[in-house]
Amino acid sequence: MTAAVEGSPPLRMTRARRNALLQSEPVQGLALISPTFFYALILLVLPILVVIAHSFWTQHYLTIDRTFTLENYRVALTEPIYRDLLWRSLYISLTVSLFTVILAYPIAYFISFHGGRHKSLWLFLITIPFWTSYLLRVMSWKVILGYNGVLNSGLMGLGIIDEPSTALLYNTSAVIITLTHAWAAFAILPIFVSLEKVDRTLVEAATDLGDGPLRSFLRVTLPLSAPGVISAALIVMIPTVGDYVTPKLVGGKDGVMIANAIQAQFGKAANWPLGAALSVTTMLIVTLMAGATVLIIRALQRLAR
Amino acid sequence: MPEQLQRSMIEIKNVTRSYGAFKALDDASLTIREGEFFSLLGPSGCGKTTLLRMIAGFDNPTSGSIAVGGQPMEGIPANRRPTNMVFQSYAIFPHLNVEQNVAYGLKRLKLQGGEEKRRVEEALAQVSLTGLGKRLATELSGGQRQRVALARALVMRPKVLLLDEPLSALDKKLREQMQVELRRLQQAVGITFVLVTHDQYEALAMSDRIAVMFGGRIAQVASPKEIYQRPVNRQVADFLGGMNFVKAEIVEENGATLVVDTLGFGRVKTDKPKAFVRNGGGATLGIRPERLRVLWDNATAKFEVAGKVVERHYFGEITHLIVEIPGLEKPLSVTETNDFGADDIPVGTSVRLAYDPEALVAMAD
Repeated sequence: MTAAVEGSPPLRMTRARRNALLQSEPVQGLALISPTFFYALILLVLPILVVIAHSFWTQHYLTIDRTFTLENYRVALTEPIYRDLLWRSLYISLTVSLFTVILAYPIAYFISFHGGRHKSLWLFLITIPFWTSYLLRVMSWKVILGYNGVLNSGLMGLGIIDEPSTALLYNTSAVIITLTHAWAAFAILPIFVSLEKVDRTLVEAATDLGDGPLRSFLRVTLPLSAPGVISAALIVMIPTVGDYVTPKLVGGKDGVMIANAIQAQFGKAANWPLGAALSVTTMLIVTLMAGATVLIIRALQRLAR
Repeated sequence: MPEQLQRSMIEIKNVTRSYGAFKALDDASLTIREGEFFSLLGPSGCGKTTLLRMIAGFDNPTSGSIAVGGQPMEGIPANRRPTNMVFQSYAIFPHLNVEQNVAYGLKRLKLQGGEEKRRVEEALAQVSLTGLGKRLATELSGGQRQRVALARALVMRPKVLLLDEPLSALDKKLREQMQVELRRLQQAVGITFVLVTHDQYEALAMSDRIAVMFGGRIAQVASPKEIYQRPVNRQVADFLGGMNFVKAEIVEENGATLVVDTLGFGRVKTDKPKAFVRNGGGATLGIRPERLRVLWDNATAKFEVAGKVVERHYFGEITHLIVEIPGLEKPLSVTETNDFGADDIPVGTSVRLAYDPEALVAMAD
């Protein structure tokens, strides 16, 4: 009896404390994200760790030597072929994100500022190409850019060229054109969202203070929509560096990108450690490039003041 | 009145703005004088903001014309008009600091030799924001944002400064302080101010003249005192504070005077309002609650009415008494300051009320 009386207050306290802990906001927040978190942990973080581990090992025909080595990184960074592929991938992804943002901005601007009551209809129309598979969309560019394709027949029909041009397909430009189209909607949406957040009174205030339409756009609307431009650029840039289907289908010999090389190492060449080292290198470079993009756009934004 | 107040700055002639069948502004004509503090007063949806935006150039009249400083504004876009605006939301550029906000409009002028900096500092001093130039808009209080908006417009040295409900977002105390400051500032810079407001006290306290608007039409344009004391109709009278309305019958109408018979106040001779248009034999007499005075003990007055207190409402410095007068369909409301014990008059007491016949205003029915 005595023991129970002595024992119960601390017991009650721990229970109260446990309840308080369970009801606290951080704990509830963690509980809420934990399924996604574990999913990401198992399917994303673990594979990445495996890849990173592999990049420090060596392949001996069918077995893997697990002694630590930086040889794979030496090959990845110094072999001209990988260096060229990496540069080409970066060049393609930068060009694609630049073109995508430049092409997406006016569309997002139009929907946001002149869409009126039909904004959601316009956004809906933009998603229509995405109802078909990515592969089909890439293939359709093959039809457009090909030797007997739509573009060539069109140009010949107009008498602009005499014979079909082979400069359209199976090269870097074909990859850039296809990727720019494929990622357009992903750039339009974030820019649209940030334009929606621009207070229209601010544009009026700029006009009231003497700015014409172009000036008020450059001094108010554009700087205030910079966050959307940054996310659009990153959303396009990061995945396109590692794109593998598009160069495979429309890139030909000149359009091969780093992802195709990585795929080859994990596939036919059967050199997983080198493939892993190439992956990690690409990942790091993409991170650096994304960071640099953010900094550059921020600097431009400051300059616009 | 100084000479400059007589010259006109804004001429609004028969301006109508329709949206389909709805007329936001219906045949409005108005002259605003140079250097005056002019208010557009009315309930929401009366067209006051529409009119202000048309002066600024953000909206265009469906018909009619607007001229600023003698120059017709038709076809001139907002960015080339000699007007600047203080927006209701202040519209402070969030990506710029205070100095950059104020200098925004000057940048385009490419002023030489530190002139821009000098003018920005002068404008900041005018609104008592000296030293806050480097702050970001997000680091400012509501009152400070308002001052930035004001400085940003004033620095442009416009012919007309337009203010769209600039004080509505501030709390009561700050609002009253800003009313005094705005008025002082306007007198210091001598620019024509056009203020849009739905707050009658704000308009009365700050303006040289007020236009009262209802349903897209201008009901009355006059000085605050005249608007308050001699409203042209019941709507205007009602909008500008409490008013007792008494039914009256016209006995005689000539030139400038009007003789009417009422049940509570007997036969009254009053000035005939300029806009008075007789509508049958009836009219309405109005008297403000504070123009009725309780007569204590045996005090007498030349003009008085007798009645009984039926309600009493205490408001701190004043008390509202509701007094029933035999013969009147509605009891009179009386405002008494609490220095003689009006707050102690028990409900049910018989009282006599003194009034000045000058305070009675005739309105057309």
